Amino acid sequence: MNITEERAQQWRADLRSSMKAKERTDIPRVHMPELDAEYRSHSRLEEVNLGLTAEQAILEAKRCLDCANPTCMEGCPVGIYIPKFIKNIESGDFLEAAKTLKETSALPAVCGRVCPQEKQCEERCIHLKMKKESVAIGHLERFAADYERESGNISVPVVAKANNIKIAAVGSGPAGLAFAGDMAKLGYEVVVFEALHEIGGVLKYGIPEFRLPNEIVDVEIQNLQSMGVHFVTNCVVGKTISIQDLEDDGFKGIFVASGAGLPRFMNIKGENLVGVMSSNEYLTRVNLMDAANPESDTPVFKGKKVAIIGGGNTAMDSVRTARRLGAERAMIVYRRSEVEMPARLEEVKHAKEERIEFWTLHNPIEYIGNEQGRVTHMLLQVMELGEPDASGRRSPVEIPGKTELIEVDEVVVSVGVSPNPLIPQSVEGLEVTKWGTVVVDKDTMQSAVPIIFAGGDIVRGGATVILAMGDGRRAAKAMDEWINS
Amino acid sequence: MNKIVSKEYFSANVIKFEVEAPLIAKARKAGHFVMVKVGVKGERIPLTIADADLQKGTITLVVQKMGVSSSKLCALEEGDLITDMVGPLGKATHIENFGTVVCACGGVGTAPMMPIVAALKNAGNRVITVIAARTKVLIILEKQMRVNSDEVIIMTDDGSYGTQGLVTNGVESVINREKVDLCVTIGPAIMMKFVSQLTKKYEVPTLASLNTIMVDGTGMCGACRVTVGGKTKFVCVDGPEFDAHQVDFDEMLMRLGGYRDIEREEMKEFENLKMS
Ligand SMILES: Cc1cc2nc3c(=O)[nH]c(=O)nc-3n(C[C@H](O)[C@H](O)[C@H](O)COP(=O)(O)OP(=O)(O)OC[C@H]3O[C@@H](n4cnc5c(N)ncnc54)[C@H](O)[C@@H]3O)c2cc1C
Ligand SMILES: Cc1cc2nc3c(=O)[nH]c(=O)nc-3n(C[C@H](O)[C@H](O)[C@H](O)COP(=O)(O)OP(=O)(O)OC[C@H]3O[C@@H](n4cnc5c(N)ncnc54)[C@H](O)[C@@H]3O)c2cc1C
Ligand code: SF4
Ligand code: SF4
Ligand code: FES
Repeated sequence: MNITEERAQQWRADLRSSMKAKERTDIPRVHMPELDAEYRSHSRLEEVNLGLTAEQAILEAKRCLDCANPTCMEGCPVGIYIPKFIKNIESGDFLEAAKTLKETSALPAVCGRVCPQEKQCEERCIHLKMKKESVAIGHLERFAADYERESGNISVPVVAKANNIKIAAVGSGPAGLAFAGDMAKLGYEVVVFEALHEIGGVLKYGIPEFRLPNEIVDVEIQNLQSMGVHFVTNCVVGKTISIQDLEDDGFKGIFVASGAGLPRFMNIKGENLVGVMSSNEYLTRVNLMDAANPESDTPVFKGKKVAIIGGGNTAMDSVRTARRLGAERAMIVYRRSEVEMPARLEEVKHAKEERIEFWTLHNPIEYIGNEQGRVTHMLLQVMELGEPDASGRRSPVEIPGKTELIEVDEVVVSVGVSPNPLIPQSVEGLEVTKWGTVVVDKDTMQSAVPIIFAGGDIVRGGATVILAMGDGRRAAKAMDEWINS
Repeated sequence: MNKIVSKEYFSANVIKFEVEAPLIAKARKAGHFVMVKVGVKGERIPLTIADADLQKGTITLVVQKMGVSSSKLCALEEGDLITDMVGPLGKATHIENFGTVVCACGGVGTAPMMPIVAALKNAGNRVITVIAARTKVLIILEKQMRVNSDEVIIMTDDGSYGTQGLVTNGVESVINREKVDLCVTIGPAIMMKFVSQLTKKYEVPTLASLNTIMVDGTGMCGACRVTVGGKTKFVCVDGPEFDAHQVDFDEMLMRLGGYRDIEREEMKEFENLKMS
């Protein structure tokens, strides 16, 4: 059935006619229940968003017009069948909604939480054209996926008969996990190699508990395990074993999903002072190593006046973590203005509610320390927005001589990451861009070395969970075809 | 999980472990290290691979008790499992026949120097090893070093063993006596700083193996960064060995002290736990 035929089904038609479009669009958008801002500023592990109740979800689902031409789907990088899953919710069939999600997305509970919806599916919702708020697609996605998980009725995908062909994924982030799931479904013997001692990539070591509980990722991993996927942790491909070793071992295809784990610094004076660190270090200590837990052996600074440099999701996660670890002043320092911030809107909103200070149009030019080499101050250059450039974007320019000196005892640099260079360096013949990303065919994700496919941040630089996941799925499909050709 | 197949005390605080790790044993070269984590809530700490046995599929670690994490490791016995171990990491030491090489080590640096001394000797170098410590009982691995060194010079601050003086006095005595083609130094940052100053004066090329603080050991966090020749480098992927004359040791010393207070607290807690 194609989507037009599906939409024409009786139950969908009945549901559509049960309410006037005007009535639907008049319903105000649901508000996600969330923890009190002051309370959650001190709670490191509790998730901020509490999830919709069934009543809220059904009401929100009613807002969706079940469009004949659902533009929202064009905004979703993996083309989730949005009106169908939403109408499943409206009719109360939550498990069916979850199933619809899983036809296209490997990690709906994750994407429902972390997708930048306002720039993807929700940006294309017809409601916006009518000057109404878009349907809360992300919240509904999360609701259906959570409902399925909590119901204990998780549908374990049907796995094809084992074909005894070994294939490998390098890296266990969203790209590697999505790839592994699809290949397992096709009957392949899948081994995922992970450098760290934990599975999940950025979902585990980067994104904090208060935004994405580990438990949710773990359920997905257990699902994969029950489908027969093997995970090998503490194994750095290119160091512990080489790509050649894998080939010699009989692996017939290798999907490289090693992410963009290399932190960037700004190379300004004082950046190596004690107390200045990358967001990767800060978040790894807190999330992967659980450093804020007294039982953990790994230490972490709990600064009182903490500045985070950058305006992306990583910066928001770091600054909100700092607040939760007891920072009295937790500051975002960003050289552009708020509209240019790449972070998800919801994170910015939550951060503001948690009394994070926003120093937009400011850029650090130097850090100053004491005799012990500990950072004590940062010197900020004040910026203003210049004339629009060729792309129409107004880039920040310095206001000469205007600076600001601010007291800090911890600085987290969150100005981006570069692709992990290990695999590109260790494989001969792999084509790599000047940014260090691996070059692949856009449709098949196959690299210049035929046995190697790649996807996620190692191909895109820094991207999103859903894009990484989509790459994994595309690579699985193409690798299967390649192996069988 | 990696099983400990043997445990041997070199001294009360220095312990040699042989650990099952067939893949690492196969891939490792002198100068490589592993990251080790003991317990679910353990810290990841770097340890040099001192040796490997391909037949048995084991690697050798020589661990000196410093704080909580090294003590937890040292408390493990034969047959116990190490929770997590990953490697081999870092760049291998560049080994060739340089001629005469002085290996200057002390404190935490003596253990990681062992495989380098062996590899240099194997490549045909004349190897003179200088081991330094405050006092006699702190001199470790002397016997093992003698096996692969043409000469071992012991230096103690208090003169209780070997020659009285610092590691630099030992190195300088060799330089004054014969032509030295290369110096390799591993030890506390302050020691490496002085060795480096000395060899710079005599224009002896020098490698220092830097033991910075690390978290992941795979280039992901930047905790291990140092300034070398004015540029920021990550010790775990660009090192651990660097041209000592280019290293900003003062900055490294400062960064090493970063977590000292927190670590002292954790050690106190750990000791209390053991006593109660
Ligand atoms: C703090 C933070 C917050 C973010 N927030 C959001 C968000 O809200 N929404 C969103 O859509 N995106 C967000 N992102 C971006 C998103 O997480 C990434 O785009 C996505 O995780 C990329 O997936 P991946 O599978 O390509 O790589 P990763 O998730 O980076 O996983 C790569 C894995 O490969 C492993 N690896 C690397 N090299 C090797 C090797 N040689 N051998 C074995 N294993 C190896 C790594 O250890 C890692 O586990 C965020 C990123 C960060 C850091
Ligand atoms: C590449 C590399 C290879 C290493 N190889 C070995 C090895 O083969 N055998 C071995 O015993 N140790 C080795 N080390 C040092 C070892 O990692 C540290 O001793 C260990 O991390 C200490 O952890 P801890 O929790 O026991 O002590 P902590 O509580 O972290 O430290 C206790 C005290 O030791 C000091 N200290 C901590 N780390 C270091 C360090 N890296 N160098 C100097 N002083 C330090 C601290 O300032 C503190 O005063 C190596 C380090 C590196 C970077
Ligand atoms: S996966 Fe992301 S973009 Fe696609 S529908 Fe869900 S929330 Fe929207
Ligand atoms: S565009 Fe909006 S209203 Fe239309 S189907 Fe998509 S979510 Fe529903
Ligand atoms: S230890 Fe993390 S980058 Fe070197």
